Amino acid sequence: MKPRDLSDLALRNLREAILRNSLTTLGIAVGVASLVAMLSLGVGLQQLAAKRLSQSGLFDSVIVTPRMNLRGMGRAAMPPTSDKEPRLLDEDARQEISRLPNVVEVYPQVRFFTEVRYDGKPFATMVAGMPESSKASGSFDGMQGAFFSGAGVNEAILQSEFAKELSPQTSTLIGKELVLRYAERQSLTPNPADSTAAPAAKSESLPGGFSVVPKELRLRIVGVVDTEPASGFGGYGNGRLLIPLQVASTLRAAQVNDLRDIVRGTSSKPTFASLTVRAKGPSYVEALEASIKNMGFGAFSLLDASKSLRIFFSVFDLLLGLFSSLALAVATLGIVNTLVMAVLERRREIGVLKALGAADGDVKQLFFFEAGVMGLAGGILGLFLGWLIGRALNFGTVLYLHRQNLPGVDIFSVPWWLVLFAIGFAIFVSLVAGLYPASRAARLNPVEALRYE
Amino acid sequence: MPDTQAAIRLEHVSRHYTMGEAVIRAVDDVSFDLPAGEFLALLGSSGSGKSTLLNLIAGLDRPTSGSVIVDSEDLSKVSSLELARYRRQTVGMVFQSFNLLPRMTLEENVELPLRLAEVERSDRAARVRESLERVGLGKRIGHRPSELSGGEQQRAAIARALVNRPKILLADEPTGNLDSATGESILTLLREIQKNPGMTIVMVTHERPLAERFADRLAVMGDGKLLSNGATR
Repeated sequence: MKPRDLSDLALRNLREAILRNSLTTLGIAVGVASLVAMLSLGVGLQQLAAKRLSQSGLFDSVIVTPRMNLRGMGRAAMPPTSDKEPRLLDEDARQEISRLPNVVEVYPQVRFFTEVRYDGKPFATMVAGMPESSKASGSFDGMQGAFFSGAGVNEAILQSEFAKELSPQTSTLIGKELVLRYAERQSLTPNPADSTAAPAAKSESLPGGFSVVPKELRLRIVGVVDTEPASGFGGYGNGRLLIPLQVASTLRAAQVNDLRDIVRGTSSKPTFASLTVRAKGPSYVEALEASIKNMGFGAFSLLDASKSLRIFFSVFDLLLGLFSSLALAVATLGIVNTLVMAVLERRREIGVLKALGAADGDVKQLFFFEAGVMGLAGGILGLFLGWLIGRALNFGTVLYLHRQNLPGVDIFSVPWWLVLFAIGFAIFVSLVAGLYPASRAARLNPVEALRYE
Repeated sequence: MPDTQAAIRLEHVSRHYTMGEAVIRAVDDVSFDLPAGEFLALLGSSGSGKSTLLNLIAGLDRPTSGSVIVDSEDLSKVSSLELARYRRQTVGMVFQSFNLLPRMTLEENVELPLRLAEVERSDRAARVRESLERVGLGKRIGHRPSELSGGEQQRAAIARALVNRPKILLADEPTGNLDSATGESILTLLREIQKNPGMTIVMVTHERPLAERFADRLAVMGDGKLLSNGATR
């Protein structure tokens, strides 16, 4: 029989016992709904965790340090991680690293502990320079106010915990000014030609040392952010007052490594304490880390932590899927029952079909098709029900978080692969359930079937 | 010597059933030839084996031994797929209880064999109409079987049996559920079909007078055996 004729007959048969077939389909739908709701929850939680972590910039970044930095004062020398000689982390190195494949940007970490005056009161905090690219990282999504209006503007974004120290009503801070008090490094052997060079790599750390001069800078508060875009990584501490990286670099504020570099006095060139190298994505980090180590620098990332997270969520999703599949297994029995009943009720019809020339395969296909249609309809309906359940769970969670004065999060996600998987799985399970009734129908003896009343 | 032009040839055909330790010989060593274009009436009392023999000729059942040869093809040796093709293309069947599918209209019932034979959709409507008009039901095409009388239902069943233009028409007690006048009209129709377009007909019946009036040949069965086989005229 041609597929169109087969489908015509199957759909007609399904319509004939509409109530029973609808209930069976509903059974499949409930099974699929539980599967979709559970897996969507797993996927949503995984995406939430991944998003939060990627917003921190930890998983697509490699922190580069001069290898000599790993041999701290008074510490034993670290075993070499590459055959290459240790190199200085200077402007040449920065350029070289930025030319590596899959590197988006390379920027120095500028962080310094200092004092801020607001409304006449002093507050101690960690200042961090933020590159322009951090705007797109998602860390600033949903912030109060706005991101910096330019790369070199005297503006500040406050981390919300710090903002609450300045004023409990954080929204009132936006547009206000604060004064940043910091220690500027000034070279003891100043060289006028250096004033046009790269700001963070100037000659202040030339042998001979530097002096420290207190300075002030007025900054306009443009935003308050709940996340921690400059969270601690590599022992630098959380940045709670964020300013444009370009501004942070031009301040020439004394950083923790300056004194160490002066004491060592091993270099006649300006160096960076560390560089942050951002890769195109987490998948490039491992290769990038290896390349940088091969160049003679220290490099580390949190890739291993990311791998563990993926393993955890894969197992979590698997368990959720297994438990929710139980409902689908029960629904499968419903399909078997419905189709076996249909075979019994339609014995005579099967006999007529065979007498008119239907092959065993035609009869089998007819029942398979009916099972498949119930699976498809149950899959689509179940997907919709599962989505509704997920939305309800999400709504409840957001409501609960808001009552706890926490920002709402999406804990539910239905990716395309899950849509296709749910429908495909429902059809597959239905076809498997249809195997026995279909083969039973196909094996019916036409003479006995025609005799059946 | 058997007739080489036979449409149907049975050679020592037996169909035995085993029930516990008892062997029931429903058809027992039956042999005969039916020439193409003849109308054979199979007579016999209940349980004589005539319907079993008809089922063997229809390819709905296989003999325990012997050969059922139709169009030079031994049905006892072909695969079940080929047997299904044979039922689609070579024979048409009419039953005592009509066996029309109640949820389908006459048009859909008659179209069913065309669907199974994978006839193009564009050809189907004309063939269905032609078949229904042939049996005088051209105007009842959209009706369901429950809306028709017994005689009309049997006519519709005949239309369904004819729609694939088979060479042989097999009828199992076609008048069994009909009153005598309607039964007679059905047999008149079968007789017309036998003449035009020309068809071999095997009819199982227990109504001897009707069989003698309409059939070319009578075969009488008893206890599974062929008791007599001869021309009526």
